[in-house]
Amino acid sequence: MSSNAEADSLAHATLRAVTRTYPGARPVHALGPIDVDIARGEFFSVVGPSGCGKSTLLDVLAGLSAPTTGHVTFESKPVAGQVPDGVGVVFQEDASFPWLTVHDNVAFGLRRAGMEAAETARRVDYAIGFMGLRDFAHAYPAQLSGGMRQRVCIARTLVLQPRLILLDEPFGALDQQTRLLMGDELLRLWRETGASVLLITHALDEAAMLSDRVGVMSARPGVFIDLVTTGWARERDSRIVSDPGFGVVTARLWSSLRAESMKAIGREA
Amino acid sequence: MNPGGHAPGLSRAARIGWTRTAVVVGLVLLLELLCRTHVIKPLTMIPPSVMAVELGRLIAAGEITDDILQTASEVGTAFAVSVLAGFALGALVQALPRVRRAIDPLLASWYAVPFFVFYPLLVALFGMNVLPLIAIGVVFATPAMMLSTIAGLDRVPRVLRKLARVHRMSPLQEVALITLPSAAPHLFTGLKLSFAYAFIGVIAGEFILSGGGLGYGIAYAYESFENRKMYALMLLVLLVAIGVNGALHVWEARLARRRGHA
Repeated sequence: MSSNAEADSLAHATLRAVTRTYPGARPVHALGPIDVDIARGEFFSVVGPSGCGKSTLLDVLAGLSAPTTGHVTFESKPVAGQVPDGVGVVFQEDASFPWLTVHDNVAFGLRRAGMEAAETARRVDYAIGFMGLRDFAHAYPAQLSGGMRQRVCIARTLVLQPRLILLDEPFGALDQQTRLLMGDELLRLWRETGASVLLITHALDEAAMLSDRVGVMSARPGVFIDLVTTGWARERDSRIVSDPGFGVVTARLWSSLRAESMKAIGREA
Repeated sequence: MNPGGHAPGLSRAARIGWTRTAVVVGLVLLLELLCRTHVIKPLTMIPPSVMAVELGRLIAAGEITDDILQTASEVGTAFAVSVLAGFALGALVQALPRVRRAIDPLLASWYAVPFFVFYPLLVALFGMNVLPLIAIGVVFATPAMMLSTIAGLDRVPRVLRKLARVHRMSPLQEVALITLPSAAPHLFTGLKLSFAYAFIGVIAGEFILSGGGLGYGIAYAYESFENRKMYALMLLVLLVAIGVNGALHVWEARLARRRGHA
């Protein structure tokens, strides 16, 4: 067995020599080459300057966008053309269905899958309670705050019990306090489900607080320039920001990222 | 104490509703008074109460049943055809940007064209029957549905289309479960406008060009100096237009409230 093949069989998801170029009159090389493994049950975050291809990376891993070169696998099977079974995606934008109540939003995927009504009710009830939305189960998204709508979207993903959760800046539109609390919810969800998580974020503190490992991307075309292992215990929450190690991790992320961020806004480091 | 001076327990929407009703009732009562005191001469207009009584009598006697049925079938057919054709064409145009760029100016100037002048052509095409009237209703109402469909489909959030792929929906499932519900408020506006335009097109067509229907009945009563019948039929047309539009408005407002647009 080659070392790559061995690593692939241990990893939950892999990207091998993945690039993505957007075609057109002037093709844009947005991403790669990227080589990374996400271990089963790992919380992996990606940070990088604006426009470096973070969301493209998520799209490629989710099967929403095909890589121009290289290959992607999830649970040792190639990801090609469609989102694999067992992968859940939460987007930055509000993706709740405004015409459905919170309950029906959360039940959407289960009903589509033809799940039995009693089991659907049980799972939806749990997810709504887990995300603190019990009092709003019959409200419409328009009656909720931005943070609550995002929780609806997470609950809708959670009920499907994905084994890999992909989150594209899910807390980007929220204030700092809400983000910290939502981070706690996310950690709790990650611990309880045992799922692997890939989080795309522009917030270094969020990445440092939540992750087992953080990948730092360069300016476009985005490649990993640093992989930082945080070394946090699995049982953790937002109070970790007061740990001296938190400052060390955040400082390392920023020192890796600073020059790339300067490049992204057209200035020399 | 009620510092706002409003009836306690009434919502803002309810207050607006009551004010609107009070204005309409007030205007009707004023008209009744002006007619009864002959400030408005009986040959010019009859009191609203007399119109209502005459309308009741015409309906009870079955004198206008055929006209009502003819107009209803013409409007209903024109409306149904317009909604289906307008939705299909709107979806097609929205999916084809080049076609859209080409026909955008035509759609924008559609209602500047006096389509009634094409009636002889429509008669030549369809014959002397109800079809030319339905065609006028369709020609009037279809662009409204088309424009609303295009606007609705334009506004389906990209993230919901992406979500459809996450849920591995087929194109048909995406249309049924994501696209149509998301575009529903605009499609609903299209339904409302299409009904109004189909109604206007058919009634106006009957008025000028037909031998039956409520529009023809009004024109005939006018030419025969049957003031009572003319005003009774006008009242019926007005009530139907306000009733249907009001019902659709209530339904639309309920939809908008759910989505936080009201």
